Amino acid sequence: MDRHASNRSAGAAGEQNAALTLAGKALSAAQRTPSLLRHLAGAVVVAVLLLALTSAVNAFRDYQIAEIATDVVAVAGLTYLVGLSGQISLGHGAFVAVGAYVTALLMIDLHWPMVVAFIAAAVTTAVLGGVLGAAAARLRGPYLAGATLLLAVALPTLADRFSGVLGGDQGLNVNITAPAGLGGNFPLTRWQAWVTCATALVTLVLLANLGRSRVGRSWQAIRDDEVAAALAGLNVGRLRVLAFVVSAGCGGLAGSLFAITAGLVAPTSFTLALSIGLLTAALIGGLGSLAGAVWGSLVLVLLPTYATDVATSHGLSNSAGANVPLIVYGVVLIAVMLAFPHGIQGGLRRIGGLVISRRRAAPAVVPAAPAAPDQQADPQPGQPAGQQAEQEITSGPSPEHQKEGPG
Amino acid sequence: MNPRSTFARRFTITAALLTGVAVTAAACGAGGSGGSGASAPGITSTQIVIGSHQPLTGVAAPGYSEIAPGSNAYFKYVNAHGGVNGRKIVYKYLDDAYDPAKTATVVRQLVLQNNVFALFDGLGTPTHLAAVSFLNAQKVPDPFVASGCECWNSPQKYPETFGWQLDYVREGKILGQYVAKHFAGKKIAYFYQNDEFGQDGVKGLDYEIPHSMVVSRQSYQPTNVNVGPQVAALRASGAQVVVSFSVPAFTALLKLAMLKLGYNPAALVVSNVGEDPITLGGLLQSFAKQGGASVNGNALTNGIISDGYLPALGDPGNSWIALFKKIHDQYDASAPFDGNVLYGEAVAYTFVQAMLKAGKNPTRASFVSAIEGGLPQGPAIAPYAYAASDHAGITGAYMGVIHNGVLVQQGPVLTTDTTQGGAVTADTKGEQQAPASGIASP
Repeated sequence: MDRHASNRSAGAAGEQNAALTLAGKALSAAQRTPSLLRHLAGAVVVAVLLLALTSAVNAFRDYQIAEIATDVVAVAGLTYLVGLSGQISLGHGAFVAVGAYVTALLMIDLHWPMVVAFIAAAVTTAVLGGVLGAAAARLRGPYLAGATLLLAVALPTLADRFSGVLGGDQGLNVNITAPAGLGGNFPLTRWQAWVTCATALVTLVLLANLGRSRVGRSWQAIRDDEVAAALAGLNVGRLRVLAFVVSAGCGGLAGSLFAITAGLVAPTSFTLALSIGLLTAALIGGLGSLAGAVWGSLVLVLLPTYATDVATSHGLSNSAGANVPLIVYGVVLIAVMLAFPHGIQGGLRRIGGLVISRRRAAPAVVPAAPAAPDQQADPQPGQPAGQQAEQEITSGPSPEHQKEGPG
Repeated sequence: MNPRSTFARRFTITAALLTGVAVTAAACGAGGSGGSGASAPGITSTQIVIGSHQPLTGVAAPGYSEIAPGSNAYFKYVNAHGGVNGRKIVYKYLDDAYDPAKTATVVRQLVLQNNVFALFDGLGTPTHLAAVSFLNAQKVPDPFVASGCECWNSPQKYPETFGWQLDYVREGKILGQYVAKHFAGKKIAYFYQNDEFGQDGVKGLDYEIPHSMVVSRQSYQPTNVNVGPQVAALRASGAQVVVSFSVPAFTALLKLAMLKLGYNPAALVVSNVGEDPITLGGLLQSFAKQGGASVNGNALTNGIISDGYLPALGDPGNSWIALFKKIHDQYDASAPFDGNVLYGEAVAYTFVQAMLKAGKNPTRASFVSAIEGGLPQGPAIAPYAYAASDHAGITGAYMGVIHNGVLVQQGPVLTTDTTQGGAVTADTKGEQQAPASGIASP
């Protein structure tokens, strides 16, 4: 902004600055709290909300919440792999399958407690992810996509090959019951929603911490420029494998949740469509963003049911209505990619950033705007330093957002 | 840019998001049932709401997607003629794309949200297995699963679940007896889908055909459309008769691969599942077209030996065919009148039969005991096995040969059980006539 304008509004800006500095102090105090504690506090708030929600809705909505939470775990792992470490996987459905089968076998045949089976499933798939990651670390782009695609196509056929153990096409039945302590009439779907949501929250807290740790920053570094990252002393190969390990572990955990929610683990559930669906959810939500994973999972689970309901309630026959979700899904995918190339979360950040920067910059920018439209497009350079810093702390644009510019 | 702020915000947003979901979900929450005349969930004084999972899209959709509209056509006919004790049947069938994960979801939606009275004619073995435990735990009647898996006949484990169509073991025995009798001394080979369907069928075949006669056993995975290697093995074995437990698409692929390899066994015997001549003829022509060739579907299906447990489509003199054709033309005319539509209408007829028998104010328990008390034969060509200790459906079939796109009956109706020693015997009771009203009398 030009000096003249900033002089004119100096009085107003001064008052505002004083207020903002106060707010800033309060905020930076919050910033000093260890991130783990802050994430945990956030998770507790969400957990309370979910507890209220799951108790308020009907049994089918509880089941849908469980499905969403299951997808959140898988998509969150995948979105870190793709969005943070810059690798692609078209085979994440295979990790979900492995996790689901491990859980089913441990719970049915060995009667392991649920939580232990979950951990075992996550560890097993993490190891598998490490093996695949070691091979994948040498591959780039389409070759990596091809290698992971192979896994998604080939792995489910093992269920037919070893049908004695894995139950063939019929699959394995996993029947859980709500703990007796909750009462005899406690709805099973609510219990499933609780288990899946709790697991999803734990996963999100762990991933959020990992993402903002040294590892997370290193992943971003190798994603942005491998050579530069290697020159800075990062072990690129090891970091890439680690990303696969973490992501596959999340996939396996999602498989565990799938097993206890759907109640059946069969190869026909883990087709290529699942892998593509997970990747699509990560893309629609916003790659690299955990909130985006939640958005993507919401779309993945709720859109088909909602579209079918709307179609049939508007007089379309069930047969014709069945095709509507496929069309709507395609349209949503195209629309999101056109309107928000960084997914729903990227779009929200952009809108939020625009609104707040308008409001913040309003006293100073509005008079100067007609004279300097190009500066309005990027108001930051002329802003008082304190104000600019505040804006970033509370609602500043994301890294992607900065690249684009707020205009 | 302070990285901390991003993550703090992410959590705030996640929290906000989930709250948003909470509100939305709560807003569109419980539908609830009730109202006067409600003797059971899904039943009001004016309606009986039932649900189903069907492959309306995806790999199993061609052919099978016609079944539910066929059933619905029959229900519309019943509704237009006074309904079931004055109640109209509302049939909600949802697409599961033949994916068990989706089946689990849509069945929960139907039961927990739409409060259906019963889950009727859920289609597919792997799909319905994803729903059967849930349905029985919820005590929701699960009549007439559209799959011939023996697994539905487990009254102890699944007291709410009933089969309907001829099960694959019985069918295998009937086909096996025919082959053993008519092709004695010939070399026999099996071609079958490597899952419950094919394996149950082969089990039945093995009960009747001596092992020494079987020179080759080739299986296929429904996900791999290249059956060339299996057909080459069949040809190399020198088998003169091939018995196939395959779905329509793979019967067509088998036939085309035989043509391509110049393998022409004396007889091809195909399970009823993969035999519907109209579906098969269409598939043969479209597959050949994809391969750049042109074939006559009707000519290729000529001479295929199969079995049928519903009246033959090509028999306009049959009272059931006349009835179902009339209803089809009135309510479901956009679909071809083929075996799938006939199946849908016939199973819907059986449902109405059971519903009427369940009384003026039916409950889930009275409906289940109505079936367990046995049902009149209806459109099926052989009696049902229904009893408290037996939840299997149709117990027999006739053998036939496809001629000009129609399965033509050869010989009597044969009935049997699912045991190894159980004889395959000619059924002497004969078929029933369709009621003039088109609706069973209670």
